[in-house]
Amino acid sequence: MLELFEILLTTGFWAATIRIASPLIFGTLGELICERAGVLNLGIEGIMTIGAMAGWMWVYQGGDLWGGVMFAASVGAIFGLLHSIFTVYLGLSQHVTGIGITLFGSSLSYFVYRMLLPSASTPPKITAFQTYKIPYLSDIPIAGEALFSQTPMTYLAFLTVPVVWYILQRTPVGLAVRMAGENPVAVEAQGIDVLAIRTGAVVVGSALMAIGGAFITMSAFDAFFFGMINGRGWICVALVIFASWRPGKALMGAMLFAGLEAFQVRAQQISGAAIIPYQFYLMLPYVLSIIAMIIMARKAKYPQALLVPFRRGERV
Amino acid sequence: MQIEPREHMSAWRVGFAPVFAVFATLAICAVLIVWAGAPVIESYQLLFKGAVGSRFALNETITRSIPLIFTGLAVAVAFKAKFYNIGAEGQLYCGALAATYFGSGLVTLPPVLMIPFLMLVGAIAGGVILILPVLLKTHMKVDEVVTTLLLNFIILLFVSYLLEGPWKDPMSMGWPQAKSVIDEGILPPLFAKGRLHMGLYFALGAAFLVWALMRFTIWGYEIKAAGLNAIAAAFSGINVNKTIIRTAMISGGLAGMAGVSEVAGLKGYLTLDLSPGFGYTGIAVAMLARLHPLAVVPAALFLSGIYVGSGSMSRAVNIPAYISDVIVGMSVLAILVAVMFSQYRIKWRS
Repeated sequence: MLELFEILLTTGFWAATIRIASPLIFGTLGELICERAGVLNLGIEGIMTIGAMAGWMWVYQGGDLWGGVMFAASVGAIFGLLHSIFTVYLGLSQHVTGIGITLFGSSLSYFVYRMLLPSASTPPKITAFQTYKIPYLSDIPIAGEALFSQTPMTYLAFLTVPVVWYILQRTPVGLAVRMAGENPVAVEAQGIDVLAIRTGAVVVGSALMAIGGAFITMSAFDAFFFGMINGRGWICVALVIFASWRPGKALMGAMLFAGLEAFQVRAQQISGAAIIPYQFYLMLPYVLSIIAMIIMARKAKYPQALLVPFRRGERV
Repeated sequence: MQIEPREHMSAWRVGFAPVFAVFATLAICAVLIVWAGAPVIESYQLLFKGAVGSRFALNETITRSIPLIFTGLAVAVAFKAKFYNIGAEGQLYCGALAATYFGSGLVTLPPVLMIPFLMLVGAIAGGVILILPVLLKTHMKVDEVVTTLLLNFIILLFVSYLLEGPWKDPMSMGWPQAKSVIDEGILPPLFAKGRLHMGLYFALGAAFLVWALMRFTIWGYEIKAAGLNAIAAAFSGINVNKTIIRTAMISGGLAGMAGVSEVAGLKGYLTLDLSPGFGYTGIAVAMLARLHPLAVVPAALFLSGIYVGSGSMSRAVNIPAYISDVIVGMSVLAILVAVMFSQYRIKWRS
């Protein structure tokens, strides 16, 4: 038992927590922006896969790392645009469109990967983002080492949280996005184009999701595998509900989640832990996502116009 | 730009929407074939030949369509009630687990009873796993898409645990596979050559029964009403929650039968690669069928033909076999647009 507590005192555990949380932060914030504008984006799993492939491929073909992140974001944005043409302009089912984008996006990434690397049996590697120690701060024991000795993409993830919060809560654009998700008719009455606002939110949100995917192949690992996203996108959808659609709580949710994940990996290695087969440890994130949704379900305040397409001139 | 409903619902337009969607999909995916440096027409000819060009190919295409008919029906019924069950993949494995548990020696009955018994327990297992997501939806408003999707991952890990642990067949030379289904439970092959098995009759029977259920019974009417307008349905005295729970059980049951048919018909035993995503492809099947139970059969045959045919196409002209998954994903998006344009039109100037 004592060994389990000791895990919590190691730098490795906290550093891993922050690393695992990073892609979840990108994905959850991306989904959150879409949903605040009234669009459920179930394309997230496919868009993360596309981002993981696109960013990695950019670097593998000789591009630089930040160029890869930008490229992944652009490809994600294009898929977001596709999603919003379907769900915002044509008003089609957000559920089915999202599933379609996920099926199309992930299979297209595998196809493109195989096209460009037809005979790669062992996945080739790139030089991924290296850890960048922030001077002075990273000298603080445990917390400093864990927080300030990460890759630049992790710092970007944590910086995105206050930025998204500020834009959503403190700027006119953010207000328009939130209103588009609560009462689109009122937005229209203000002379603001609901469709444009929603499209913008889905495009930006999808770009963030793709960056989350790119984190996995460019920062956490250095290669692209099939089935690499492995449900992380769906976990982000659950985290948005857990976070009650708030960026700050999304950060906390992602951290909690990543903490449990980092903990289980280490707990497995403790003597006596092998009694429980490894599959049950791997199940934990999915089980926890469901539990998180159950806990928050009663309190969940869904954006009022989530899933409701807006057609100009039509009264709801 | 304005979207307005068409005044006349032309049966021609509605009926041909899937055909348009299929052609649009193949036209868009032609871009990928061009990219791969292969001739488009010839590649599609190879795909067609590979799917239905010989007795063997046709046999294989029909065999592969059996699980797709089941999962397509499962999705069609659920989506009709606007219950978005994306967990057919997991429910399929639950059915397979039940078939393995009861079929590998625990129960021995003559084949005429054993096969229906395995189908029944498989259906029950598929339905049982949906109880949690459906109750969460009806009683706590937790989105069923996420819960059913997450359950897929949990179930697959559970199957992996069983196959590497307590259920591992000691005779399997180290491969993670379960004990074989006993001879009485095996779905007999329909022809001397080829893999086509009796599961086809169960699949076609299921399609017919689901059609009859939706067309002629009060349950079917309630499912459609709950999906079209839950509030109106509630006002007219339909217990919407009860209807959705019932729909979920039917849907999970159908997906479970897909697992039984694969274990007891095609493979004979449970492995971790039993389904290459039949549950997800079932969504494309149901959408292409416009959620009509009888139309699920040709839609399943079409997509299974794409899978079987693209295998031989990719070998012949060197296109990555993932092209079939791209076609499946693309067709879901194409059918959405095609169906919309059969019901609405775009007015560019208001």
